[in-house]
Amino acid sequence: MSDLKKIKDELLLKLKSKLNLSEVNQMKSDLFGKNGLVSSQFKKIGTIAETERKKFASELNVIKDELQDLINLKIKEIENEEIKEKLQKEKIDITLPERPFARGKIHPVSQTIDEISSIFSEIGFSVEEGPDVESEHNNFTALNTPENHPARDMHDTFYLDEKKKRLLRTHTSPVQIRTMLKDKPPFKIIAPGRTYRSDSDQTHAPMFHQVEGLHIDKDINMGHLKGCLNYFIKEFFELDKIKMRFRPSHFPFTEPSAEVDIGYEMKDGKIVIGEGDKWLEILGCGMVHPNVLRNVKVDPIKFQGYAFGMGIDRLAMLKYGINDLRAFFDCDYRWLNHFGFDPLDVPTNYRGLSR
Amino acid sequence: MKITFDWLKDHLKTNLKEKNLLEQLTNVGLEVEGVQNLSSDKELFKVAKIIKTIKHPNADRLKVCDVDVGEKEFKKVVCGAVNAIEGLITVYAPPGSIIPKNKTKLVVAKIRGVTSYGMLCSESELNLSDESDGIIELPSRYKKIIGKSYFSKSKSNLIDLSVTPNRPDCLGIRGIARDLAASGFGKLIDFKKKKIKSNNRQSLKVKIKKEKNQACSIFGSCLITDVNNTESPQWLKDKLISIGQKPISAIVDITNYVMFDLNRPLHAYDADKIEKGIIVRNSKSGEKFTALDNKDYKLENGMCVISDHKGVLGLGGIIGGTRSGTELDTKNILLESAYFKPGSIRTTAKKLNLDTDAKFRFERGIDPLSIEDGLNKAARLIKEICGGNISKFDIQKIETHKTKIVKFDINLVEKIAGFKISTKEIFKILENLGFKFKKKKNFFELTVPSWRPDITQEIDIVEELVRISGYDKIRIIDPIKERKKSTLNKSQKLFHFLQRSIASKGYLEAITWSFTDSSYNDYFRDNKKEIKIVNPISTELGVLRSSIFSNLIIYMNKNLDRGFKDLSIYEIGPIFNGSKPGEQNTVVCGLSSGKKSRLSWIEKERNVDVFDVKKDVVQTLIEAGYKSEEFFIDDRTPNYYHPGKSGRLFLKKGADSVAAYFGEIHPSIIKEIDMKTESLVGFEIFLDELKLSEKTLNDQKSNFNVSDYQKSERDFAFIVNKDVNAQDLTNAIVGVDHNLIKNIKVFDVYEGGNIPENQKSIAISITIQSTEKTLNDNDLEKINKLIIETVENKTGAKIRS
Repeated sequence: MSDLKKIKDELLLKLKSKLNLSEVNQMKSDLFGKNGLVSSQFKKIGTIAETERKKFASELNVIKDELQDLINLKIKEIENEEIKEKLQKEKIDITLPERPFARGKIHPVSQTIDEISSIFSEIGFSVEEGPDVESEHNNFTALNTPENHPARDMHDTFYLDEKKKRLLRTHTSPVQIRTMLKDKPPFKIIAPGRTYRSDSDQTHAPMFHQVEGLHIDKDINMGHLKGCLNYFIKEFFELDKIKMRFRPSHFPFTEPSAEVDIGYEMKDGKIVIGEGDKWLEILGCGMVHPNVLRNVKVDPIKFQGYAFGMGIDRLAMLKYGINDLRAFFDCDYRWLNHFGFDPLDVPTNYRGLSR
Repeated sequence: MKITFDWLKDHLKTNLKEKNLLEQLTNVGLEVEGVQNLSSDKELFKVAKIIKTIKHPNADRLKVCDVDVGEKEFKKVVCGAVNAIEGLITVYAPPGSIIPKNKTKLVVAKIRGVTSYGMLCSESELNLSDESDGIIELPSRYKKIIGKSYFSKSKSNLIDLSVTPNRPDCLGIRGIARDLAASGFGKLIDFKKKKIKSNNRQSLKVKIKKEKNQACSIFGSCLITDVNNTESPQWLKDKLISIGQKPISAIVDITNYVMFDLNRPLHAYDADKIEKGIIVRNSKSGEKFTALDNKDYKLENGMCVISDHKGVLGLGGIIGGTRSGTELDTKNILLESAYFKPGSIRTTAKKLNLDTDAKFRFERGIDPLSIEDGLNKAARLIKEICGGNISKFDIQKIETHKTKIVKFDINLVEKIAGFKISTKEIFKILENLGFKFKKKKNFFELTVPSWRPDITQEIDIVEELVRISGYDKIRIIDPIKERKKSTLNKSQKLFHFLQRSIASKGYLEAITWSFTDSSYNDYFRDNKKEIKIVNPISTELGVLRSSIFSNLIIYMNKNLDRGFKDLSIYEIGPIFNGSKPGEQNTVVCGLSSGKKSRLSWIEKERNVDVFDVKKDVVQTLIEAGYKSEEFFIDDRTPNYYHPGKSGRLFLKKGADSVAAYFGEIHPSIIKEIDMKTESLVGFEIFLDELKLSEKTLNDQKSNFNVSDYQKSERDFAFIVNKDVNAQDLTNAIVGVDHNLIKNIKVFDVYEGGNIPENQKSIAISITIQSTEKTLNDNDLEKINKLIIETVENKTGAKIRS
């Protein structure tokens, strides 16, 4: 038995020294290979006296398992060590920049149009469109703004022919005419789009955006108009409380007509919409003039309703604190990047208009 | 329209304060645009006389003036006005005063080395008129008040109202007072109408010529003889100055005063300068006259003129002429109070580019029944101030005024406004506004006051009632959250999708004008028509854009000038093919410049190229639901693309319309516009050419077929002539067996080496899989053979062994 004891002691001694994997494997085959030390002990079993044999065999098996465990443990230890070393070697400077990417943005006007559409969608408006080039008839005459009327002076118009029959639409209201001529009442639409007026200074751009609203049914009155705009303004500015004022005005295509102001105050040189005691005009509206309804073959005795029009760029400026209208169309990379929205930020009812 | 509370009180009895007034004006629809405090700021402006001028030692155009401002010593003032000459009486602004026009506070300042104590003012600087040529020239009678304040001490603020074009009646103080009174803000003071008694005939014959389109329907006049035209009395001057007008002489001031007070324009002629009599007629082409603005006007046919036997005296309702104008020495005057038709006034004024206070009023519609009231009030004042004898009034008419009657059902008020106004209140309001009414069976018959040309139908009455009752009475009816129709239609959804899809590929969305510079437009116009704007704001924005590239490239260049190099911008919007409504298309257009991975430690730097934009176009279309295996691409592109490095994409082979172009921008354009970039590539996707899928997304989703049988990938290399495209090969392969060939991928193109000249090698990996079984070697061998045969037959390729 002392042989076995000796083998074990020797192994323990050897395992204490620093070994690599092949050395350990060599040790393994020295012990358990065909002529290995342990294997040769097993060969001895036959030669041992019968009385001793059983004990010897069982002791031999125990020590064999013991030695195998020791060696396997060592192998595992060395392998772990090697992985550790390998990982250590592979370590990189993780603060180096990621692979390059480019980030796109949605223009604030487009974002605002989607916000507006989302809000009106909730209360049953659908979106209509019309062309940028319009006839003088659709832009003015059909909207109860006869030729040679001073009300036309309110719109500085770009014309495409000398006879002034074709023009760039000065407002989105001709979409009212197109919609009502195309379908039968009731109508419940909004029409966002580009509009054009030939003035250009700090606060006016020759092109800007408007959204038109039209709701015609049997019994739509000014209360519905006020309710609709009150709802819109609160949703759009994402405020629970916002002061709103209707004030009489005049547009040829609505009667009675109103301009709508919202309350604001100045804080640190910035406009804060809501409860302040100053008023800011944000849109024009009114009950669709019976003459307009007659012009599109809708019976004004049976049907009535409201229309409104508001400046999208201006709404965006107020909501997002943009000071300069001209910058919207200046295409400055820095501006687009700063005021633009991530394309995944789609304004919807369920996730809200903005983050 | 400028008013003061003081003047309003001539017509309105009220105890309320100015603060209430401002609120109430807005409430009845007379928007207050601004309130100016005139008294405190303006007292500082003094009447002054230039005593001596010398040329500024350091500036040719400047003078150094010694100015008498009523103090012991003359003030030294540097002035650049040409009319700053010795002896001129003008208006002096001392240091510390605030110039009304630009709101700047004057300080003692050195101007080119000479110290200037204050300033001599032009009318425009004092907001008196737009006259900015030179400083104010005051008549000699102001000599007496040198050193005194030019403006009187009015306590009333100047209130600037925005009067909508439908309310000419509110272009007179009395009309505004009437509206306020109707709304409960005080009481309208009765108008005293004492008739002038006279035995003198109006001896100047007036004739309105009855001709086609005669714009004048009534011409009232009276002669006032032996007047002594003088300076206006202080009260009258104060009144005019209080609303920003400049007093001229009593007669002119009185006609202006009556115009602002009653909205009744008048005109005073020097009767002695009228040859024989007045003829109101249409002008003949080529007739000329000099108007009171000292400009000569050449008339066209059919403009309404007031003439005598010598020729044109003035343009009726717009402007008088110098020939018959009143002067301080005028002895006999003819006072005109007439009615001119709005449309005609407007046409004439537009053609001659003339704008006057009278024209502004007549084109909106003057009360035709105010003719005698106007003559009455003005003649009485003239007699009071200038003396003289008033003749009988002469009223010539070619049409009589028809009173308007409107049927009115009071139920309409609640139907439109959504709230009730009591019958009693309704009639109180209407009465106060000047309506008369008669009760009929189911409705009322309302007589519209003659000063309200805007009221013609029932809805106009409703507006009056709601407006005067107050819009705050309209109650809020909350909207119902209900949707009966989808918000967006298919093409709108596609627009929305493409807009965000392109942005998600790293492009910044831009919005640029729908118009552009014609020279840039020409680069990208292809064979489209140029559409000019008749009245552009500048020549650089003179045409409607034929492509979005023109604007994108202009702005891209500006951004490159800002020092950016690698830019990707896009716009989605209209391009124009014609000048008729609807001749426009919606396009998504993108532009990328510079490099990918510039200065990257990890990625290889390279120029953006045509395959970058091709990827953006193809990926976007696939994402939008189009099938890439059906796409057909060729190299025929408009001339603004690099002819060898651009392509056009059809959704299907044989489709009529191009879905998209993509490629490098033509190098000669980049050179001509002097753009500094390593590379410039772009694309255009034409939304109107993208067929909208009939199938809904759920239709497409519900059909889920995949095969779990083993698939096999085989690589082929074909040698083809150089003019054969990769697409020719893949198209041929697709056709071999739609069921088995699942994927085709070109993974290498190789030229040179052992490949013969004029030929190239294209390597393709093909995925083959059956939905029915696992293919055995035999099956695979068969399909491989078929692939090779088909490709070789269709394209002339040879399999590379």
